Formats: sequence, C-alpha cells, structure tokens
Amino acid sequence: MSNLDLARWQFAITTVYHFLFVPITIGLSAMVAGFETQWLRGRNPEMLRLAKFFGKLLLINFALGLVTGIVQEFQFGMNWSAYSRFFGDIFGAPLAFEALLAFFLESTFLGVWIFGWGRIPEKAHAACMWLVHIGTLLSAYFILAANSFMQHPVGWKYNATTGRAELTDFVAVLTNKVQLVTFPHVVASAYLVGGGVVMGVGLWLLHKHRGTKDSLMYRKAARIGAVVTLLAGAGVAVTGDTQGKIMTEVQPMKMAAAEALYTTQDHCAAFSLFTIGSLNGQSQKAAVKVPCVLSFLATGSFEGKVDGIDDLKASLPAQLQKQARAEGVPAAYSQPADAVYTPNIPLAYWSFRLMIGVGMTSTIVALGVLWVTRKGRTALAKPWVWAGIAVPLLPVLGNSFGWIFTETGRQPWLVYGVMSTKTGVSGNGAGTVLTSMVVFTLLYAALAVVEVRLFLDYTRRGADPAPPDPDAASTDEHDTPAPVSFVY
Amino acid sequence: MTLETFWFILIAVLWTAYLMLEGFDFGVGMLLGIFGRDAEGEDGATRRRVLLNAIGPFWDGNEVWLLTAGGATFAAFPAWYASMFSGFYLAFLLVLVALILRNMGLEYRHKRHGETWQRRWDAIIVTCSVIAPLLVGTALTNLVRGVPLNKAGDFTGTLLTLLNPWSLLGGLTILALSLTHGCFFIALKTDGQVRRDARALGTKAGLVSAVLAVVLLGWVDLHTGTTWSWITSAVAAVALLGALAANLRGREGFAFSGTMLTIGMAVATYFVALFPDVMPSTTNAAYSLTVDNASSSHLTLQIMTGAAVVMTPVVIGYSAWNYWVFRKRISTSTLPTKHDPLAPLPPSESLQEAGR
Repeated sequence: MSNLDLARWQFAITTVYHFLFVPITIGLSAMVAGFETQWLRGRNPEMLRLAKFFGKLLLINFALGLVTGIVQEFQFGMNWSAYSRFFGDIFGAPLAFEALLAFFLESTFLGVWIFGWGRIPEKAHAACMWLVHIGTLLSAYFILAANSFMQHPVGWKYNATTGRAELTDFVAVLTNKVQLVTFPHVVASAYLVGGGVVMGVGLWLLHKHRGTKDSLMYRKAARIGAVVTLLAGAGVAVTGDTQGKIMTEVQPMKMAAAEALYTTQDHCAAFSLFTIGSLNGQSQKAAVKVPCVLSFLATGSFEGKVDGIDDLKASLPAQLQKQARAEGVPAAYSQPADAVYTPNIPLAYWSFRLMIGVGMTSTIVALGVLWVTRKGRTALAKPWVWAGIAVPLLPVLGNSFGWIFTETGRQPWLVYGVMSTKTGVSGNGAGTVLTSMVVFTLLYAALAVVEVRLFLDYTRRGADPAPPDPDAASTDEHDTPAPVSFVY
Repeated sequence: MTLETFWFILIAVLWTAYLMLEGFDFGVGMLLGIFGRDAEGEDGATRRRVLLNAIGPFWDGNEVWLLTAGGATFAAFPAWYASMFSGFYLAFLLVLVALILRNMGLEYRHKRHGETWQRRWDAIIVTCSVIAPLLVGTALTNLVRGVPLNKAGDFTGTLLTLLNPWSLLGGLTILALSLTHGCFFIALKTDGQVRRDARALGTKAGLVSAVLAVVLLGWVDLHTGTTWSWITSAVAAVALLGALAANLRGREGFAFSGTMLTIGMAVATYFVALFPDVMPSTTNAAYSLTVDNASSSHLTLQIMTGAAVVMTPVVIGYSAWNYWVFRKRISTSTLPTKHDPLAPLPPSESLQEAGR
C-alpha cells in the first residue's frame, strides 16, 4: 500500500474508533446531568443512584474518547501536512477554538465532578456535569464546522502569492449551510446513543433485578432512555432529511452514490431499500424500491429530479474544474490526477442504508419498550432483554456508518472540488505511516477490550445502594473528607 | 508588536504553561514508582493512592494545555504545525502512545480492585510519565537547535537525527525538572511520611536538575541566545536554587512556586532563543520557518486573538477555582478507606417486602 492509502486507512480507523466514544459521551453526559438535576428537584434517592451509576459508565467511556481525540488533532500535521499547510489558515481556527472553549471546560469540570461529591455545594456539583455537557456540544460544533468546510468550502479565497487558501469570512465558516444541518443531526444522533445506552442498560438490569425494589428504579431508567431515544430518533430523522437535501445540492454525486442511481430520474425517483447483486449499474439481480421517495429525500418534492452517476460523471468534472479555476486554485490541487470523480459506490450505498436502518430500528425498539413497561410493569419477556443489549449498540454503529458514508462520499477530495485527497498527504515514507498505523490499531484494539470489559462489569454490578442519609453528603468543611464514592 | 509576534509569544506561553502544569503530574507519576513501596507505618498501596489523589482533579486539565498549544500552532502557524508534526513523526507517535497509556492508567487503575490489575497500570503510569517529558523535552530542544528542512519545509532527517546529544540532554533536563517539581508538589499537597520523603528526594532531584539545566541553558544561550535569553536563563537558575533553599527550610509553597518559575523561565529561554524563527533549517538558513513565513493570514490571527483575549482569563479563572476547591493536604490517614468498586451489592429488598 502507498503512503496515501495508509494515511487514509489510518484516518478512517482513528476517526471511526474515536467516534464510537464521542456520541456516548455527549449523550450520556446529558443523561447524567439530567438525573442529578432531577435528584436535586425531587430528592428522590433513586435519581442520585442513577446519576452516580451512569456517571461511572460515562467516565469509563470518556477516558477513551479523550485519548483518541488527541491522536485525531495531531494526525492532521503528521499524515496530512500538505493539507495543513494549504488549508491551515481556515481549518486550524475551529480546532484551536475547540481546545480553548471546549476541552478545558470538559476536563476541568469533569475533574471537579468526580472529586467534588460532598466538597462543593450540590447545585454547583450538578452544574459541573452540565458544563461538561456544554463542553461536548461546543466541541462537536467546532469540529463539525471544520468538517463541513471540507464538505462545502465557504468563506475562503485562494491567495496566489502565498500559494494557499486563506480565510475571508469566519462567520461564514461557522454558519456554513452544511454545518447548520450537520450539527443538529450529529447531536440528535448522540442523544439517540445516550438514550439507547440508558434504555438498554436499564432494561437489562430491570430483568436482572426483577421482583426486587430496584427493578422499579431500572424500569424508570429504561423508560427515560426510551423517551430520549424516541425524541432523538425524531430529531435524527428530521435533521437527516434536511441534510439530504443540502447534500444533494452541494454534493450531488454523494446522493447518487448513496442510491447507486446511475441514470438521471426526471421525476419520481425511487428509493432503493436494498439491492442484491452488483452495484455497478449493469448486473443488478433484484432490488426493492419505494417509488418517488428518493425524489422526496433529495429535493423535498415527490416529483423532483435526481441526477444519476453517469450523467454527473459527464457534467460534474467540468463544472467543478470551472469553479476551482474561478477561485484561482492550481489544477494540481483541485483535479484528482487519475480523473476518478466517483466515490466507492457499494460503500456509499450500504453505509447509507445501514445508517438509516439501525437508527430506525432503535426508535422502534424504544416504542416497544415504552409499551412493555407501561403501568408499572416490570416483568419482561426474554426478547426485550436481548433488545436491551442490542439497542445501545445499534445507534453507535449507526453513527459510524453515517461518518463512513459522509467521509467516503466526499472522495476523491479532501476539500470538495478544491483539493484532491492525493495532494494533501505528508511526504513521510509508507513504512513510517505503516508503523504508526500498526501501533495505534493494536493499542486501540487492546484498549477496546479493556474498556468493554470494564463497561460490562460495571453494568452487571448495577447502581450502588442509596447513601443512608443523603443530607450527610452536603458540603463539609472538616479536615477529614467524608468517604466519597469517586475518590481514587 | 506584530500579530505574528504576539501569537509566537502566546504559543510559547501555552507550551510553558503545559510544562509547568503537567510537569508536576509527570513527576508524581514517576514518584509512584519511587514512593509506592511500604514505608514506616504506611503501606505502599495507600501511599500510591495518596500520590494519585493529589493529582486526581488536576492532571486532565493540565494536559489540555498541550492540546491547546497544538491547536493554536495549527491555527496561527500552519506551516510550522505541518513541518513539526510530519517531521517529528515517530517521536510524536511515541509521545502520543505514552500519553494515551498514561491517561488510561490514571483513569482505569481504580476501576478494579485486583492487585495485578493495579500493579500493571502502575507500571504503565510510571513508564509513560518518564517517556513523555523525556520526548517532549527532546522535541523542543530539536526545535531550538534546528533540523534539516528542505525548501518545501519538509524534514529530511531520520529518527536518529532527532536523537542527538543536545536534544537528549534537553529531554533529561525536562525529565529531572518534572521530577523535582512533582516532589515539591507532593510535599505541598500531602502530609505524613510521604511529605517528608518528597522533600528529601526533591533536594536530590533538584541538584541534578540544576547541573543539567545550567549546561543546557548555557548551550542554548551560546547557540542562538540573546540578552533576553541570558536573563531568562539566569532567572531560571536563581529560581531553582531558591526552590531548593525553600525546600530545605520547609517552605513548600515557595519551593513549588520556585520550580514552577524555573520550568517557566527555562521554556521561555527556548522560545526567546528561537525567535524570530519557529523552526530553523540546518540545511539552509533560507529554508527556515519564521514567524512571518509560517504564519496564518491577518484575519485568522485577528479572530484568534479575539478568542484568546476573551477566553484565556475565563479558563485561568475556573482552573484556579479547581485548584482552590481541592487545596487541602491529603495523607494516608485522611484518605477514605479503600473500597472495591466492583464488590458485590447487598441483595435489594423484594417488591413484596417493600410493599408491606
């Protein structure tokens, strides 16, 4: 494999791995903050127990999310130095903003939250977790703004004197229309994950503790998780739909690839549920299609026109090259050398379907959970327990498929239409990149095993019993700190 | 002062803050391997908990200074960021692996009770707390010394180019300073035998650091120094001697502030000596990256300046609050009893009993 292939693989591995933990952190921090706030409002000890219990799961997960994020930040310089030089003027700023506005907030207040039980006022303690959550959202905003720029570059110009892209309008970068639909979509997906984890873990523990008083608490958790999953699912669908239309507008090839649609449909394009056989446009054996739905997804009208791959292949290169020339970008950057203007179709097609499929499935399961736990029911049929185990996994995978789709669908460009992926890579030898890829992948694999084991062990154990007297946990100014659950 | 210079100073400040803060938690990480054994009336396991609890609320926030330094370099000097990280590739790979494993150790060590589990993570924390400052010091020294860069700004050497005697001396100095800094932090933050041990070791580590630092900073000043770098070096040396004197007299707060200032001034010396280059080329001086040819456009720098001016005081404010909240000394006697986070739970009441 070439240096370029390895750098791409490494980026894919790092990003997908990092993004297994990010949505859990975003979603779960909100859930934990919510439980703790509920406890402050109603003094129901169950809410405190849930806050502490899910807090532990959050911490196990946060640790890995953080360390993989570090690699992410430095990877641009290590593997994509030509890109960093060319676009750093624009791309670096959101990253620096993320560090300054979000990372400090998350790290500092998570530290205070962990060690602050009984040492700071209760309201301040709950506020710490909300600040952690706000930090995760800010983090997501800036990173997605940087990514949206790569999908749809705005607010920049090419400077021929310095030979690089330069920022002209930072507000435009932060309010990129792709960003304005991507951010809500990603955040809703993260809440879907957070809700799914709480619902799934709650269901499983409800079953384990059936017949005991604790089952009522876990039932509550499962139901709260289910409600969040449903609301988030609706949010994911609405934002995803809007995103589809913007995507069709700015990256028509991505939508065509997502559907493996080769010939342009002037009206009423069908949405393909799945296809058996090859996706090369010729040897399709069977496909299940829903008429007109693709037109609606892509344009908002059942009668809308959707461009096919073949037609785009003929018209898109000239159009993009013209745009790049108008910006003054040298052809060496903007034109993929081997003139491949289509992304990997099967990858785009299947990741798009899986993303939507798992998202919808988890919402349906959530509805079912609300039904089977209605009116104080705590006895569950076995399949619901299995659903409880599967449900947190589904949206996590859905998020991964979403990123695989959106990132591979942008190919062959790093920055759509402006800089081809090939021209952005560092000059390091393939051996160097391979070394780091092997090291990181092995490290990630080992850490994944550790984290999953810990996560399962803590889940299996369940929530700690309620503290004997909740008032004793209030602020004390004595020299001897009260034994607190989170001290190392 | 131009915006480019302002940002050079800001990045220097970020690196300085990083080493001043994470320096002591690196040091404490190393101490885990030194003080973590049984001592007079205190068992090793509890002593290790004291050390880890002392840095518990802080280390994560300290590390963010590195991420911010990286992000700010990317935004303000993209060419520098690109050349440095692609050029120091394998060295940074090692730093990243060390930081990842160290973080995981600090986070996961307490999540399980088993002896083997904790021993293994302890070993990882100690090893990585040595490797990380060693390599960061090596990398920063290479930055000042200059590395082979071609016209495009790409590093043309190998990993061995980076492992030269001066840069290794730089790595060792940062390592020794971190250890001293960590000792003084523990002396300040704990009580009992650990505190006394930390003071004793701090003196020894401080003397070694002093010798290393004088040779290193003297070389830097002779190499590319200016009057200002001689001044910062001198302040660093005086601060270190002051810290040692304060430590001997049991003034732990002054000792810790002293090493804080030492590390600050040592890193400042580096950046003063570096300016106006950001990454000198040993191949041809014309290929060197400077604050002018490596910087971002004015608009980007202006936006970043606005963000930095507004946010830095806020960040410093809540970080200070964090240190204030957890200001109390801890010791083996005040530490709550150790509990197994995964111990079996008492059976919970059944629904029927609860209903009665």
